[in-house]
Amino acid sequence: MTKSVQQLADGRTSQRDPRLVRGLAEALARRDPGRKLRFMHVCGTHEHEISRYGLRRLLPPWLEVIAGPGCPVCVCPVSELDLGAQLGLQGKAIVATFGDLERVPARLSLAEVRAQGADVRVVTSAAGAATLARSLPGRQVVFLAVGFETTACTTAAVALADPPPNLSFVLSHRLVPPALEALLSHPALALDGFLLPGHVCTVQGTEEYAPLALSKGLKMAVAGFEPADVLDGLLALVDRVIADRPGVDNCYTRSVRTSGNTAARAFVARVFTPLDAPWRGLGTIPRSGLAFTEEFAHLDATSRFGLTPDRSLDVPDRACRCDEILLGLRTPAGCPLFGRACTPEHPHGPCMVSLEGTCAAWYRHPPEPAELPAARHDDGGQR
Amino acid sequence: MCLAIPMRLVSREGNKGIAEVGGVRTEVRLDLVEVEVGQSLIVHAGFAIQVLDEDDASERLELLRQIAGLVDEASP
Repeated sequence: MTKSVQQLADGRTSQRDPRLVRGLAEALARRDPGRKLRFMHVCGTHEHEISRYGLRRLLPPWLEVIAGPGCPVCVCPVSELDLGAQLGLQGKAIVATFGDLERVPARLSLAEVRAQGADVRVVTSAAGAATLARSLPGRQVVFLAVGFETTACTTAAVALADPPPNLSFVLSHRLVPPALEALLSHPALALDGFLLPGHVCTVQGTEEYAPLALSKGLKMAVAGFEPADVLDGLLALVDRVIADRPGVDNCYTRSVRTSGNTAARAFVARVFTPLDAPWRGLGTIPRSGLAFTEEFAHLDATSRFGLTPDRSLDVPDRACRCDEILLGLRTPAGCPLFGRACTPEHPHGPCMVSLEGTCAAWYRHPPEPAELPAARHDDGGQR
Repeated sequence: MCLAIPMRLVSREGNKGIAEVGGVRTEVRLDLVEVEVGQSLIVHAGFAIQVLDEDDASERLELLRQIAGLVDEASP
């Protein structure tokens, strides 16, 4: 085994080398785009790493990186969480869920329905839900399938691997490119481009993004998740702005191929078909969700149990600002509840629950006051 | 939930394998990749979603070291 493998697999120390990170930040600061630039990332892991390593502290004053709708649990509408709660309360099925979904506040959270006697169990993968169903052949098991392209392919793999007959799925998968397009129609954001999510692109590749970048004159760069990876992506974005060259750079080539993971994409294409889907904060976005194709329709829990999502539940919470935080219109520091009425122990909204939520990242790794753009927190964050 | 991490494959049997990072071993599904024992994987939600290109990782790192002005100090 070469040294690089060992480093990548066991420590990834190289892309965290402080001298490398400092040197890249200095290279970034030497650029001069002649105006302020604003890029959005759409990945909860990017926000966590940026916050954890204090990377905003290293950026030049003309460069702003804001968090968008990068947390799949956060963008999942309450009406779809509620399907799991209803199934559990009615005793029709064991509800299998990722851990960060169970505490998301809803009419009743999954943790609350468990407290009322429902059988809600945490699994770490769709495969874990299939194992659970096989171990309990007399019971129905419903897996709440939340996640972007990275997770949709794992649901597809389970659907294709002879799933037990007592397993079904509530599908809340969402696709990233349609959301980027929806964000662009938001005039208040005024984005120069996107730092693209490295693991979504690991599955899906970069092909879908190029037409969007070219048609909208946008700059995009796929970035990995170590501090040097993030700065690598930002350098590519800034250089594209300076050269006025819309398009997509792949800066995470150790994992991202142009066509992504073609096997995973083929699985997804066989099992799912796109459909219009609601997002928390963004409304309904055309072809941004996934439904089972006819061949796999028997795996759909909503038809198996006769459930319909109650979309009237999808109204913004008047106090919680998660909707605006997901859009990048507000930072957690601009939410009156943040760190006071809303903490990881007592979350008020999904952005504080999920480890991928922006509020959870900011609570664990608070930014220094100098990192907060004045207009986005002094007046409560409204722009 | 969406957190993906690089791990090394230490053994496999059919579409299941054992992957390791920092001394922690976990079962991973290999349905989505073609991989050999000893290679590094990106593991997400219990599934390997890609095999890491180790040569590429070294090349990119070297490029970044150049941009960061560390090349003179770079010694094996």
